[in-house]
Amino acid sequence: MGKRLAVGRGSMERVAIIGASMTQFGQREAWIRELLAEAGAACLDDAGIEGSEVDHLYVSNMASGEFEGQTGIANAVAHDLNAIPAYTARIDQTSSSGGAGVFSAWQSVASGASDLTMLVGGEKMTHRSTAEATDVIASLTHPAEYKHGLTLPSFAGLTARRYLHVHDAPRESLAKVAVKNHKNGVDNPHAQFQKEVDLETVMESPIIADPLRLYDFCPITDGSAALLFCPESKAKEYTDGYVTIAGIGGATDTHVVHERADPTVMGGVVDSSETAYEMAGLGPEDIDMAELHDMFTILEFLQSEGLGFFEQGEGWKAVEEGVTDRDGALPINTSGGLKSKGHPLGASGVAQVYEVYKQLIGEAGPRQVDAETGLACNVGGFGNCVITTIMEAGQ
Amino acid sequence: MSDSEPEATGTDDTNDHPPMEAARYPDGSILYPPHPVGPDGNEPVGTVDLSEYTARLITWTTSTATPPGVRQPNHIGIVEFEVSEASAESRTASGDGEPVRAIGQLTTGDVEIGDELEAEYVGELREPGAGIREPESQAWDGYRFRPVE
Repeated sequence: MGKRLAVGRGSMERVAIIGASMTQFGQREAWIRELLAEAGAACLDDAGIEGSEVDHLYVSNMASGEFEGQTGIANAVAHDLNAIPAYTARIDQTSSSGGAGVFSAWQSVASGASDLTMLVGGEKMTHRSTAEATDVIASLTHPAEYKHGLTLPSFAGLTARRYLHVHDAPRESLAKVAVKNHKNGVDNPHAQFQKEVDLETVMESPIIADPLRLYDFCPITDGSAALLFCPESKAKEYTDGYVTIAGIGGATDTHVVHERADPTVMGGVVDSSETAYEMAGLGPEDIDMAELHDMFTILEFLQSEGLGFFEQGEGWKAVEEGVTDRDGALPINTSGGLKSKGHPLGASGVAQVYEVYKQLIGEAGPRQVDAETGLACNVGGFGNCVITTIMEAGQ
Repeated sequence: MSDSEPEATGTDDTNDHPPMEAARYPDGSILYPPHPVGPDGNEPVGTVDLSEYTARLITWTTSTATPPGVRQPNHIGIVEFEVSEASAESRTASGDGEPVRAIGQLTTGDVEIGDELEAEYVGELREPGAGIREPESQAWDGYRFRPVE
């Protein structure tokens, strides 16, 4: 019998992550089935497991039907990985599909329903034009928003202007998020962009959603990532290098973005992290490194404040002071973040956990930081759905 | 202000367009767009035509990378109305009304946070059918906001 974690009225098995993989992110020739199978097969290899051993297989994906005309991908991946007759389901929570997949995978093991669960997340997007891909993503909006042409980048522009106005933050502080994360991405061989950008380049790039410019936004990306989960009590049967999920929480905010009391606060980040911290018995001060959903530079400020790392309105100061640099007190987005690594929607939340896993088992290579506890925050929509996951190095 | 069945009112001369309808809930809160259930967990008890009021600009952006069927550039703002009997008579924020926010296109990008705006009816805000959403699934008309002269 492994350690059991008391949560709510019941008790649950502590869950370990025993394998991880991610494909090259970027513009890929492979289509969604191939991308998912590539990451899934690599993850099985990483853990030395056969597909036929998997009890549950979850596939995180936002829109393979809309992007490619391919539905039923959960079953397709199960077949391609020889995981039949595993229980399978596709998990869609828009941009937080990956985090929601982590939640489902955790639930399956913690509840005792599965002894070995695989999660594969992926998206194929780059065959679509920027306008088409933007519209597929914007289809998550309320009709009252969609008819005005609201897009996720335009929500970011609206929020960034308000944040800079209310907190008297310099425009350059947003650009410094892009500079930092591009610098981190140089050392990530899977990243879409492995090159640094300087402040001047960001500040002079074309305006996309005023005051935000091209380099304030993540790219459109193809890619996939995968994780393997089992009870912590069985983790050492597979590997010595594992991490445990200490806490996880999911929360929602309003569908209609303008109804939020404070446009610069993401309630889903606050609520999901409170659940995760409580489950883990930890607080923001215990986190050694974090992967945040920097789909837009402004989101790194909103999340770092919502997670309690910094006071409301002071996240920008932390970036200015280098606190969130790789060699800072709290490294954020050592992977390069979505900004540099890329954002294949369904894969991103899985790839965030991949980075935390690599950091905590000491296999992050040149990106390695000193960390025993890490956090991933995956945001869907414009904070509409959020998953926060806290992980600890296995004992 | 209408507190039950909305009247067709507006800022242009024709006065024959639909209202910018928000829902009023038993706890006094007002939401735009209306939802089946309000913050207090109850169904709406009335409607308010926001086009009868002016609003303050909370924030705005000009989007240059617009999706299919959307004007380029697209000026967009979040505005806040204050709805009360007094503000209905004066059409301006009274400071003691119920705040309700809306989002929508702006007629210009030459605005500042805090500007006073009024609603202007537009028959088609975006080309139906050009994007991914089924044209019959929603309305495409609505209100843009323009600075009060």
